[in-house]
Amino acid sequence: MRITIRKNDYEKILAHSLKERPNEACGLIAGIDREDGTREIRFVYLLTNTDASNEHFTLDPKEQLLAVKDMRQNGWKPLGNWHSHPESPSRPSEEDKRLAYDRTASYLILSLMEEDHPVLNSFHVENGESEKEDLTVLDETAEKQ
Amino acid sequence: MKITVAGETKEVRDGITIAELIEAEKVETPEYVTVSVNEEFADREAFGSQQLSDGDTVEFLYFMGGGRA
Repeated sequence: MRITIRKNDYEKILAHSLKERPNEACGLIAGIDREDGTREIRFVYLLTNTDASNEHFTLDPKEQLLAVKDMRQNGWKPLGNWHSHPESPSRPSEEDKRLAYDRTASYLILSLMEEDHPVLNSFHVENGESEKEDLTVLDETAEKQ
Repeated sequence: MKITVAGETKEVRDGITIAELIEAEKVETPEYVTVSVNEEFADREAFGSQQLSDGDTVEFLYFMGGGRA
């Protein structure tokens, strides 16, 4: 699947993840699924990692509900979630895969393992197997120039 | 009666329970789904008995978490 995220939303994820280090940061992504199959992220939600851990994350269900309510009001749909890996690569761990119950979701993982080279990837997870999605960060400022 | 499920208005039979709606909507891995009705979390143990009412808004929220292991 092709999936797009705007640069400012990517930067929002990055800033929050850096702020939350050494713990994992997490949140939700919302947007639309286009008829051509492209998934377009229109908004990123920064949620609390209730585990407050550098090895685990759990989204706060109350915040999740508030975010979904906001999505409905804006005409978006829940597209999946994102979380950071402060010290490991941008790929789903075994636990990430085991706990990925929504096969319609995109799972974004931002690795901060290399200080100067953060890496964001998106994955589809189904039956314990992950597949990398075609994620593009859109720099709308550059497009206008 | 009409209810809103995951943002979509749907016609369902009067008195449908949460458990019946989960089945009708073919919600996958329902054991990992939290259900909210009108922004209140429903008690999982009451899914089989809690009936929905006309105009209710229902959301299915998947548990979302992970870890390094």
